[in-house]
Amino acid sequence: MKQMSIATALILGMVASPVLAEPTVEVMHFWTSGGEAAALSAVRDKVVANGVAWADAPVAGGGGDAAKTALQARIASGNPPAAMLMLGQNIIDWANEGLLGNVDALAAAEGWDAVLPQAVKDFTKVGGHYVSVPTNVHRTDVIWASKAAFDAIGAPYPTTWEELNALAPKFVAAGIIPLAHGGQPWQEAYMFEAVAMGIGGADFYRKALVDLDDATLRGETMVTVFTELATLRDMIDENAAGRDWNLATAMVINGEAAMQIMGDWAKGEFTNAGKVPGDDFACIPVPKANGQAGFVYLVNSLSLFTQTDPEAIHAQEVLASAIMDPQVQIDFNLAKGAIPARMDVDMSALDACAQSTAADLATADAAGTAVPTFAGTHAANAAVVGAATDAITEFFNSDMTATDGAATLADAIMAAK
Amino acid sequence: MTTTTDVDFRTRLQDWIPKLVLSPSLAAMLVFVYGFIIYTVYLSFTDSKMLPSYDLVGMENYTKLFALSAWTTAIINLAIFATLYIVICTVIGLTLAVFLDQKIRGEGFLRPIYLYPMALSFIVTGTAWKWFLDPGIGLEHTMHLWGWESFSFNWIKDRDMAIYTVVIAAVWQTSGFVMAMFLAGLRGIDNEILKAAQIDGASNWQLYRRIVIPLLRPAFLSAFVILSHLAIKSYDLVIALTGGGPGRATELPATFMYSYTFTRNSMGIGAASAVIMLMTIAAIMVPYLYAELKEKGQ
Repeated sequence: MKQMSIATALILGMVASPVLAEPTVEVMHFWTSGGEAAALSAVRDKVVANGVAWADAPVAGGGGDAAKTALQARIASGNPPAAMLMLGQNIIDWANEGLLGNVDALAAAEGWDAVLPQAVKDFTKVGGHYVSVPTNVHRTDVIWASKAAFDAIGAPYPTTWEELNALAPKFVAAGIIPLAHGGQPWQEAYMFEAVAMGIGGADFYRKALVDLDDATLRGETMVTVFTELATLRDMIDENAAGRDWNLATAMVINGEAAMQIMGDWAKGEFTNAGKVPGDDFACIPVPKANGQAGFVYLVNSLSLFTQTDPEAIHAQEVLASAIMDPQVQIDFNLAKGAIPARMDVDMSALDACAQSTAADLATADAAGTAVPTFAGTHAANAAVVGAATDAITEFFNSDMTATDGAATLADAIMAAK
Repeated sequence: MTTTTDVDFRTRLQDWIPKLVLSPSLAAMLVFVYGFIIYTVYLSFTDSKMLPSYDLVGMENYTKLFALSAWTTAIINLAIFATLYIVICTVIGLTLAVFLDQKIRGEGFLRPIYLYPMALSFIVTGTAWKWFLDPGIGLEHTMHLWGWESFSFNWIKDRDMAIYTVVIAAVWQTSGFVMAMFLAGLRGIDNEILKAAQIDGASNWQLYRRIVIPLLRPAFLSAFVILSHLAIKSYDLVIALTGGGPGRATELPATFMYSYTFTRNSMGIGAASAVIMLMTIAAIMVPYLYAELKEKGQ
């Protein structure tokens, strides 16, 4: 009898949960690390303060892969969450499936168009509708350098690829690994895009990795990109295969390695270790062709699934408004280590790295040289990026020539397109 | 009169109860196993990308699948892995079982030691072996600390050798279990037969080769069936041990299927690879099972 009543209660509970008195917004995400969770709680506090309950649905692991699988299952069963953290082309894909709602009215009332850079709008405003609300912008073309390692060889930070390449033997002579690297396919893809942007510049990057132009992918510049990758592959230690990115960052933190090419989420590792930008480490954008102001960005945003219940729509708007609140954007990014998606907030609370990143984004956005991340599936869809990542990692883990590398990449992208 | 109907009812009830009790699980199995197999086969002929779609595209996914070098790598890796895994596990398992069956002292203590790795999940095995085999912190590092400077064992970081580290970890995990199966088989052999053979002057070697191993045939069958399906569906071990790397060097069909279906928005190709995996299992198992079971029927 007791079991029976528990079962009844469970069934009733399942039926009753959608009609709770308080409006609820369910947020599905994969921000489960300490800094990420702290960042999200800045949004949650604001939402709760505005009288909407927060139903947290975290799915840990896999850089969002596991969360995406969970989402697919929930969509298939007709029960999508109110909001979901997703990246780049996925947002556009879900919008094209007709599953995303929008907060256009709110965006118009709060004047989002004026405060968001075009780079961010490209991935939150699909077909003229705000289907997604941006929390932050990451930069992926960054070199994290250990000040101690550079002091040891008495060299300044590199400003060109030639300078960077010339540093390697000096570091080796000083017993320092020139480049800390985590040998996982996705990390090699991020390194590739940073090199492609650095050597080719924004126009080349767009033509090759956004437009997926066959001739550009096989062209001379791409071969140069692969030549540089080959040089970098000689700078890493032999234990790099399979290493997690944060362990590679740790090698830079403790001075065992001199540099790491990684997105600016790596900064959290430095600050958690009590390191200060400028004093202990430097965040330098990868060298750019002709000193051009380039910027590879990755937008994090919560995408909104269509709601029909007016109360749920209200809850969703409260969430969207909370995310876009200037103070929340600052608090969020202080914890997350990225930069706010809004350009009009006071950045002085952020650290030196984030401030220069924000300034670089403003410059590059105005000059039209801010490009979407390829590895983070902003520039192309998941199938293309997956195939390209296979080709890049194949190159990076073998002694293939640069010409073959470019050809393999082009073949893979053309097959998946 | 009443008693006969009563008995009738009881026999009929006895007849029906097993069927009644089995039917929910049968229904669940039909839907969740065979239903989804059919669904997957259907999806493999559609242009499904991120979500299932029902527009048929013929054999396109299969053509694309076999043009992918990642799939070729996965198939070759599976062939290497499955062959070595099944053969080595069987040999080690049988050897251990035969040795343990020599009425040795402390068998009750030794048996669980060999069997224990099976109690760990493949994730734990993979992680432990990842650390153990990592040249920077594991075996090689320890040997260097102990003064054997020239010692080198970096298979896990070597794209040509990494697949063999998966074999090592998998064999370590499963051999004890295979041993237990063979041990059970050995204990089931009638002692009279062995005594008769000994009286006839058979040597120990002949005894095992001519009598024991042939009598262990059912145990071989079970071991083969269990090991081959473990090999083909291997996923967690690779994910924990190498993450499919270095590069994509240790990718197996199961990891391929997962990444194409769920992370690369290519559900059609993923479904096609799942169908190929199913057909591979069927191609190996069905003739074997058929031959074994037919023989028993005679």
